[in-house]
Amino acid sequence: MSAQAHADHGAPTSFVRRWLYSTNHKDIGTMYLVFAILAAFIGGGLSIYMRMELMEPGVQYMEDGHVWNVFTTAHGLIMVFFVVMPGLIGGFGNWFVPIMIGAPDMAFPRMNNISFWLLPPSFILLLLSAVMDGGAGVGWTIYPPLSSSAGTPGMSMDLAIFSLHLAGVSSILGAANFITTIFNMRTPGMTLHKMPLFVWAMLVTAFLLLLAVPVLAGAITMLLTDRNFGTTFFIPEGGGDPILFLHLFWFFGHPEVYIMILPAFGIVSHIISTFSKKPVFGYLGMAYAMVAIGFIGFIVWAHHMYTVGLSVDTRAYFTAATMVIAVPTGVKIFSWIATMWGGSITFRVPMLWAIGFIFLFTVGGVTGVVLSNAGLDVVLHNTYYVIAHFHYVLSLGAVFGLFAGFYYWFSKMTGYEYSEWLGKLHFWVTFVGVNLTFFPMHFLGLAGMPRRYIDYPDAFAGWNMVASIGSYIGAAGAILFLVVIAEAFIAKRRAADNPYGEGATTLEWQVSSPPPYHTFDDLPKVK
Amino acid sequence: MAFMVTAFREVISRVLAPVALVAATVLIFAGNAYAAQPLPWQLGLQPPAGSIAEMADDLHNLLLVVITLISLFVLALLVYVGVRFRASANPVPSKTSHHTVIEILWTVIPVLILVGIAVPSFRLLYYLDRTADTDMVIKVTGNQWYWNYEYPDEGIAFDSYMIDEADLEEGQIRLLSVDNPMVVPENTRIKLVITGNDVMHSYFVPSLAVQVYAFIGRTNEVWIDVPEGEKTYYGQCNQICGVNHAYMPIEVRALPEAEYKAWLESAREEFAMNDTVPQVAPNAVSEEKFLLASAN
Repeated sequence: MSAQAHADHGAPTSFVRRWLYSTNHKDIGTMYLVFAILAAFIGGGLSIYMRMELMEPGVQYMEDGHVWNVFTTAHGLIMVFFVVMPGLIGGFGNWFVPIMIGAPDMAFPRMNNISFWLLPPSFILLLLSAVMDGGAGVGWTIYPPLSSSAGTPGMSMDLAIFSLHLAGVSSILGAANFITTIFNMRTPGMTLHKMPLFVWAMLVTAFLLLLAVPVLAGAITMLLTDRNFGTTFFIPEGGGDPILFLHLFWFFGHPEVYIMILPAFGIVSHIISTFSKKPVFGYLGMAYAMVAIGFIGFIVWAHHMYTVGLSVDTRAYFTAATMVIAVPTGVKIFSWIATMWGGSITFRVPMLWAIGFIFLFTVGGVTGVVLSNAGLDVVLHNTYYVIAHFHYVLSLGAVFGLFAGFYYWFSKMTGYEYSEWLGKLHFWVTFVGVNLTFFPMHFLGLAGMPRRYIDYPDAFAGWNMVASIGSYIGAAGAILFLVVIAEAFIAKRRAADNPYGEGATTLEWQVSSPPPYHTFDDLPKVK
Repeated sequence: MAFMVTAFREVISRVLAPVALVAATVLIFAGNAYAAQPLPWQLGLQPPAGSIAEMADDLHNLLLVVITLISLFVLALLVYVGVRFRASANPVPSKTSHHTVIEILWTVIPVLILVGIAVPSFRLLYYLDRTADTDMVIKVTGNQWYWNYEYPDEGIAFDSYMIDEADLEEGQIRLLSVDNPMVVPENTRIKLVITGNDVMHSYFVPSLAVQVYAFIGRTNEVWIDVPEGEKTYYGQCNQICGVNHAYMPIEVRALPEAEYKAWLESAREEFAMNDTVPQVAPNAVSEEKFLLASAN
């Protein structure tokens, strides 16, 4: 081999070679982020349309309840599988896990490529499932018998199942890649206990994916054969049981919510530390709290099933186990505050998102403690209280984490500075919008408004109107986000390699902005 | 600090004043209400009816205080560190990254709070399970998109459909009123045996604190404690079940003993169990009847 081959050859100049055949973790991360933003506008658009429908009692815009059900199904699946997961895991994980551990790339670059490229076909299948044969109107939980051939006879449900199969394969391959990368490719001196918390978060997330997603794949495959090949796994007439599907689904579904929030935990830890100019308080506690949350996440699934007729002792166990999650979560909240305590805090845009995350995640967390009580759950289960709860932890938790990470690393990824003023405006508009949307849902839920309703008794009109207005403000925030990005690319303010100063200690701040195509010519040494 | 506390108090009183006003209005409405149904701008749970709902309401009131205090505590800490340790006020950051005592405290104190919550929580949970101490049985079957109520001891069975908006009469509520409500005697403990005929449904009446899924091929048991008073309790299907999921409400009408008897008389004629019940000796003991009826 000539010496030339070892020189710093840049990115391939051909578009197809660079993006379609991409094996570069930064390029793949960028594609994941672009994909997540596109999907977010589709999934978010669906929710705005739903809020328009709910703004006043009666049915105004949609044809009937089935259309409504198709919208809720598509909104939920898109947000989970095509926005939050690709954004946090595929996007930021691919971009920064290798850099933070001083690795040249992911362990399996070609597998990384297929992980990403499985998502667009999966997304297309999901969109088809919403429009073919009337669409799959079954909720994101796809419970049989509604999702079996008796409830949804057409091909739409099969398309949704195939979509989840592809998304699942993509996630499993990605998870295997992250685990291998983190265990084998850390630079000398980067011990597990010196790893940045975002890498810890991705490690735990990858294990959750690897253990949870195959269970979903099995469950939906059984659903597929029930629908098409005469099996009766979930059909009582043949000796099956729909509740088996609920168990399998939530054995996946509960870890899934931690899969969505753990990377955000990691991002928030970095941002709080950077802008407080202090090391993270209680590093080991923070890392092992995530491990604990990941472990407990696997043994609490039936708290989604308190009203299916489980025995009372089973419900008592799941109540107790679920409450336990509050402890490691509390450790994280208090550790973030302790990180800020005594610091020298600057309120740049990522810090606003991170602080917003801490408070709103707390609000979502404490309503989770209320819901953990199986006895009380009979008046709250499936009501808007649950909608409020999980949107506080996901829409105001995971999504705030996404925005926090995006602003934190924007200059690193693009080499440009965004407008601080526009970024802050984006934060405040979004903050007001989402709180106005989701806080009144607590009241609606307590009053007994069921979820997945196209129309509601007139008494619920007031708070629904408030929530809808909030969602329009949130939508304005989303458009502002595009303005922020566009302005940054037009203005082309060059970003420093480390714009944040002494607080930013992880390896990505020691390389240029944006980092070279091959991040490290020599392995960085960690003391 | 003193300034912050006064400011905080002022904020609290300003925020709470309208909230208290609304709450009072809601309470007045609820006190007068003939029916248990959601009210405009309602903030909390529906007024509890019966011992189960009262226990659930008490637990929720306790939890609401706990979670509000925790949220305000976290908010206060965030505001405090944001003001006290802002870069202009504290230019030189400390390097502290460990403090064993405080780390133990913020692990142990939440555990104690949770144990405190668990005691009333488990009491309520096990109270929900006392389906054996009931006076009568009603079998509830979820269908796309109506409920079927069956009184096995009385030989009555009937379907209950929502009343269309166009057919609403004076006093009936859109999306909540039905043609044939589930009629129950007041001051009675009733065991509900719940099953389904097609997809999943969920029998949910918030004011009575009852919710359970209706599955095909499985019967679930719960009980409701209907308190004294002639009153109507409203609920809705609470598990996605297809195009008319929003249109299969539940209406439970509690009647005084005498009126309930009168209703039974008329219902026996109108809703007599049809020929699907095998014809056995007409004076067969009621237990046998129950078995046959539930086999149906």
